[in-house]
Amino acid sequence: MKLEILKELNAERAARRPVIIVTDTANGDQRLVKAADIAADPLRAELSKQLRMGKSGNVEVGAKRLFLNVYAPTAKLVIIGAVHISQALAPLARSLDYDVTVVDPRTAFASPERFPDVPLVAEWPDVALPPLNVDHYTAFVAVTHDPKIDDPALLHAFDRECFYIGALGSRKTHAKRAERLRAQGAKDSDIARIHAPIGLDIGAVSPSEIAVAIMAEITAQLRLPPKEKEEAA
Amino acid sequence: MLNRDEDILQAAETWQKQGHGVALATVVETWGSAPRPAGSSLVINDDGTFLGSVSGGCVEGAVVTEALDVIASGQPKMLEFGVADETAWNVGLSCGGTIRVFVEKVG
Repeated sequence: MKLEILKELNAERAARRPVIIVTDTANGDQRLVKAADIAADPLRAELSKQLRMGKSGNVEVGAKRLFLNVYAPTAKLVIIGAVHISQALAPLARSLDYDVTVVDPRTAFASPERFPDVPLVAEWPDVALPPLNVDHYTAFVAVTHDPKIDDPALLHAFDRECFYIGALGSRKTHAKRAERLRAQGAKDSDIARIHAPIGLDIGAVSPSEIAVAIMAEITAQLRLPPKEKEEAA
Repeated sequence: MLNRDEDILQAAETWQKQGHGVALATVVETWGSAPRPAGSSLVINDDGTFLGSVSGGCVEGAVVTEALDVIASGQPKMLEFGVADETAWNVGLSCGGTIRVFVEKVG
């Protein structure tokens, strides 16, 4: 690997931007493809598939055998609300390799006794969220059920283009939430990005089951190609 | 997205800047129950210091030895370890998998 490629790879990784290194393993020829350049690349179909799966692998192109090594940022999960569902959701997400942070200004909820080993921020969203660097590789879940906490958090998530945004509440609750967010300047397209009621419809009842439904929906959002995603929704 | 295999690449860059010869070994293919997926990597410097893994620890010794050759020659190499290969079996992918590891010089 040429030093320039290694430097560029490390710089992109530090900025949490995905990169694929394409190597001809017969002779060591190599190039770096940034996520932003995939659409214009001759291997765009193969590159976007591997990136979506977050999986490295080989492709045959003509007589060449190329190894596509995918470097995608570690996914984050930000949970607004240190509630019972979150106590099940945080360890489940960690077992799926997400970096998890729980935010709740209510210190009785955001206590280490309730969340052993999970990074907790007992602050309001306006203080808690900016340092978390919420980005596209972040799944964002608002489950406090309290508009004073959930609403400002959701507005922050819209700005950061999270790949998944979900909010707890029935259709009725969500309709009211949509009105409030609109009044605070959210666009219809932003509001349409909220998964609510949250989680895949698997008839979940207990907090742990709801956590499974949420992580299943996040996984689908992360892994399915755009068309199948629409069908699943 | 869920790759936690990362900071060894930063180490490779640092070693290179310090004037070390450095090689990168990457799992490019696996069959059977290989311990580490394609894309897993190991970085090695000319002191024989290494970081990361390409197996659960079974073939790292052999990879490091080959990597020192690659640092000296500058020529990339493809290594294969697994049950089909007597020597590789001896170094121990006892889990029954087969892996191919691409070793290249950095710089």
